[in-house]
Amino acid sequence: MPESDASQPLLRARGVRKVFPGTIALDGVDFSLAAGEVHALLGENGAGKSTLIKCLTGAYRRDGGEILLDGKAIDPKGTVDAQNYGIGTVYQEVNLLANLTVAENLSLGHQPTRFGMISTRRMNAHAREVLSHYGLEIDVTRTLDSYSVAVQQVIAIARAVTLSGKVLILDEPTASLDAQEVEMLFTVIRSLRERGLGIVFISHFLDQIFRICDRLTVLRNGRLVGTETTSAIDRVDLVNMMLGRELEHEVRSHGKIHSGTGGTRLSFSGFGRRGRIEPFNLEIQAGEVVGVAGLLGSGRTETAEVLFGVAAHDSGKATDGDGTALNLASPRDAIAAGFGFCPEDRKTDGVIADLSVRENIALALQARIGWMRRISDREQKAMANDYIRKLDIRTPDAEKPVGLLSGGNQQKVMLARWLVTNPSFLILDEPTRGIDVGAHAEIIRLIEDLCTQGMSLLVISSELDELVAYSHRVIVVRDRHHVAELTGADITTDNMVRAIAAPDREAVA
Amino acid sequence: MNARFLPLLATLAIFLVAYAICYAQYPAMLSTRVIGNLLTDNAFLGIVAVGMTFVILSGGIDLSVGSVIAFAGVFIAVMLRDTGLHPLVVFALLLTLTTLFGAAMGATIHFLEMPPFIVTLAGMFLARGMAYVLSIDSVPITHEFYDTLQKIYWLMPGKGRLTLIGGLMLLVFVAGALLAHRTRFGMNVYAVGGGTHTAALMGVPLGRTTVGIYALSGFLAGLAGIVFSIYTSAGYSLATVGVELDAIAAVVIGGTLLTGGSGFVAGTLIGVMIMGLIQTYIIFDGTLSSWWTKILIGMLLFAFIVLQKGLVWTTAKRRIAGG
Repeated sequence: MPESDASQPLLRARGVRKVFPGTIALDGVDFSLAAGEVHALLGENGAGKSTLIKCLTGAYRRDGGEILLDGKAIDPKGTVDAQNYGIGTVYQEVNLLANLTVAENLSLGHQPTRFGMISTRRMNAHAREVLSHYGLEIDVTRTLDSYSVAVQQVIAIARAVTLSGKVLILDEPTASLDAQEVEMLFTVIRSLRERGLGIVFISHFLDQIFRICDRLTVLRNGRLVGTETTSAIDRVDLVNMMLGRELEHEVRSHGKIHSGTGGTRLSFSGFGRRGRIEPFNLEIQAGEVVGVAGLLGSGRTETAEVLFGVAAHDSGKATDGDGTALNLASPRDAIAAGFGFCPEDRKTDGVIADLSVRENIALALQARIGWMRRISDREQKAMANDYIRKLDIRTPDAEKPVGLLSGGNQQKVMLARWLVTNPSFLILDEPTRGIDVGAHAEIIRLIEDLCTQGMSLLVISSELDELVAYSHRVIVVRDRHHVAELTGADITTDNMVRAIAAPDREAVA
Repeated sequence: MNARFLPLLATLAIFLVAYAICYAQYPAMLSTRVIGNLLTDNAFLGIVAVGMTFVILSGGIDLSVGSVIAFAGVFIAVMLRDTGLHPLVVFALLLTLTTLFGAAMGATIHFLEMPPFIVTLAGMFLARGMAYVLSIDSVPITHEFYDTLQKIYWLMPGKGRLTLIGGLMLLVFVAGALLAHRTRFGMNVYAVGGGTHTAALMGVPLGRTTVGIYALSGFLAGLAGIVFSIYTSAGYSLATVGVELDAIAAVVIGGTLLTGGSGFVAGTLIGVMIMGLIQTYIIFDGTLSSWWTKILIGMLLFAFIVLQKGLVWTTAKRRIAGG
């Protein structure tokens, strides 16, 4: 780039690539950060934000591309190494030691010593001096856990800035702070910006992005969507960048108005859980697909978890089609009521990677019929082969460990696991995340097939086009509220984006 | 009031109250003679408990120390009997051996990512077995240097004797406290105890620290073995069975959190003294069964576990309330 030194970016990543078995987490991503700017890094789960950060700080070894700091190529070997180069990171869960004092935390590894002995007096004085720049007048000899998360966050920032001093990466620093604490943190961020630090700010709170960030970079599915000046775009553009169109070929006209012949299968009224999702009403017809749209952290996954009893509801009630009350206090209850749930993170919550395809498929059915009656190996095998054929699971045989299959096939195994229990209501959280385009289309076809067979589905997705393709009804979630419900011809990506981006509730038409 | 000093103050209060009760019943217990004996009788336990404090502060455990003390005793006795080496040379050899033994356990724990419980359990059997290999019988130590060592003492006012080994224990405590609270190594031990993952992210050298902790514990177990051999003038492979558990008890009664990261070396000294005091009381009484020592120590341990849990709760609550 033919630029003068003054406008040379402080930190620059070019064509960074990172491959994990089965997925490309980062595919040639460019990123540049100037001194004295706050730069937001945005994207849904799995978009590659944290992978990019980990490549920048050396926590991951990148598979390609280069990283330049002050125009010089660097290759940090780990967080401590990155820190020595000048790149400090503060994570969402404060990464300091709760059992040490504030001063000890600030100086760990760099304590002032005399004749090999730490000078506690100098250490404490130094800590007080450092924190005074952040407007913190606290007792530095108390342990860290005597202070609120916001104060701990500022201390973590102070440590990172003291030790690195060029680039500060803030990974969701505001996730557990209240409004007043966010204000305090922003004051700190602004003063650091004035001191010429380059700050990378990761958050899924759009309000905060627009308030504090100068520029923003959006990632999606491991690829760069674009870098924009914050003042030059509005919320709708931003949501479009984050969730926008990619699957245009998937969109086809759909008999989207649900016939309603199946009658009501389930109805939830005033259903919710404090601090997770505000109470909502939801009625689901037999053979209906209800889509849930919203940004990460908006309450979409929480909706699924409350319905399935992962986080038991504390208000409202659920009834089935006949008006009989359902007890949904735990996943066991939900399974007994004929629910199924494929969670978002397959690796940690879904399939058991070390077990074979057959064992994974048999698992949920076994749980449902109880452990007393064992399903014979022959039955298991027949069942597994049946679903391998029906869902077109690409595996050499039923005994292969699920962990060795591709993402799309793992997703199908998880689906198969629930399908053998023959649920009447299936919840899918991001069923198409991290799988390739071909498998994508197959999953969508499968969803459509299931609903023609009379199953009711609730599908959460950040691919809005996908929701348009298969939903009879779409619920939009924002700030832990169900803010809009779209049916029939109203289900368009534009309408969804508008509802998601609306700054306050009454703006939703 | 800084909450982290609370367990230490609680220990101190219990010690003072216990001593006051003893004094009320047997005024003779408040004499420098009793205090001198208390220090001498518990010298080996105190020294090994300092090492255990570091291990527990880091969130680990060292079950091998009791066996190492026994091995040390037999090693010294056999070496003095069968070779012409001076005791000081034997001491140096022994300390090198036990330090390396501890370092090897630390390295196994860190590099093979094995739980300390299992690794040091293996070390416990290994050290005890090595002691048997050297000698099954009790081997008496008869060396004029030992007689000299045993006769060294400082006469305290009131005719109490601060013996060499009692004094050595106090020195080890002072050195241990400085190491724990005033050096980078000590800070790293607390950091590892606060959270291995976080400590690594903050730049603490995990491998060096872990190896150092268990090497230190091995060194102090060897030193405790020397002290024990001076105290008993013999080496016996069946000696000091279960001392590792006494040391753990002393550390916990001394206010160190068993989960690691919080506690003081000084607290361990008081812990050792409380345990010694209970024994002394039972000897003074003369009618009580020695099992009462175990019962009281058990009750004290339980009380401290509850106290620590309570502290954790109140700290959490206050933070929420304080915003």
